[in-house]
Amino acid sequence: MNETTGGIAMDDESEGTIKKFMYINRKAPYGTVYALEALEVVLIAAAFDQDVSMVFCDDGVYQIVKGQHTKFIDVKNFSPTYRALEGYDVEKLYVSKESMDERGLAEDDLLVDVEIVDNAKMADLMEDQDVVLSF
Amino acid sequence: MLHTVNKSPFDRNSLESCLKQSKDGSAILFIEDGVYGALANTKYSDMVKEAMKSRKMYALFPDIEARGMQDKVIDGIKMIDYEGFVDLVVEKNAVQSWL
Repeated sequence: MNETTGGIAMDDESEGTIKKFMYINRKAPYGTVYALEALEVVLIAAAFDQDVSMVFCDDGVYQIVKGQHTKFIDVKNFSPTYRALEGYDVEKLYVSKESMDERGLAEDDLLVDVEIVDNAKMADLMEDQDVVLSF
Repeated sequence: MLHTVNKSPFDRNSLESCLKQSKDGSAILFIEDGVYGALANTKYSDMVKEAMKSRKMYALFPDIEARGMQDKVIDGIKMIDYEGFVDLVVEKNAVQSWL
């Protein structure tokens, strides 16, 4: 394993191999630490110029709902970070249509631009990855 | 008696168990990720509304607000703060936490 790249194969001369990394988010924010940890790891992969995509399904869709105010639970509101992902070239954000529907959520409830996809499309997207990381 | 629910109904069956095993006249308080069970237009809204006919329901507002759900709570569920939580615990004597 290459110590400096965390196992990501790097070419000596060019920018190296680019792999498709997918981060699957299935947990609500704040109740557990999964959502925050996923964000940290996504930013690491993005720093290595990998092909990064994020999926929000099941309770993970609650991570990107607008209007989060955490002052009175004494926890950092990390939801603005999702808006900053674009600046790290993390622009492929996929949201499960079925998960949105059963929670009564619409695209307008979300704080970032996303692509809403159904279960079949989501399965295709997962199948297409080199690396899948689950949170 | 006071029942508290702190898990999302989409993730665990805590809310369903609570509603099945609580008596008429009891109080149910949604806290932490449990507040997702207090929302309108979800898969679980009808189940909660039915239970509201015989039980008083509350939701902890700081947890609602943290999750950006302040405009989505089912009408008739009373929002309370931490002081209200303490008052409920004192008033209702025994507390069952559906973890």
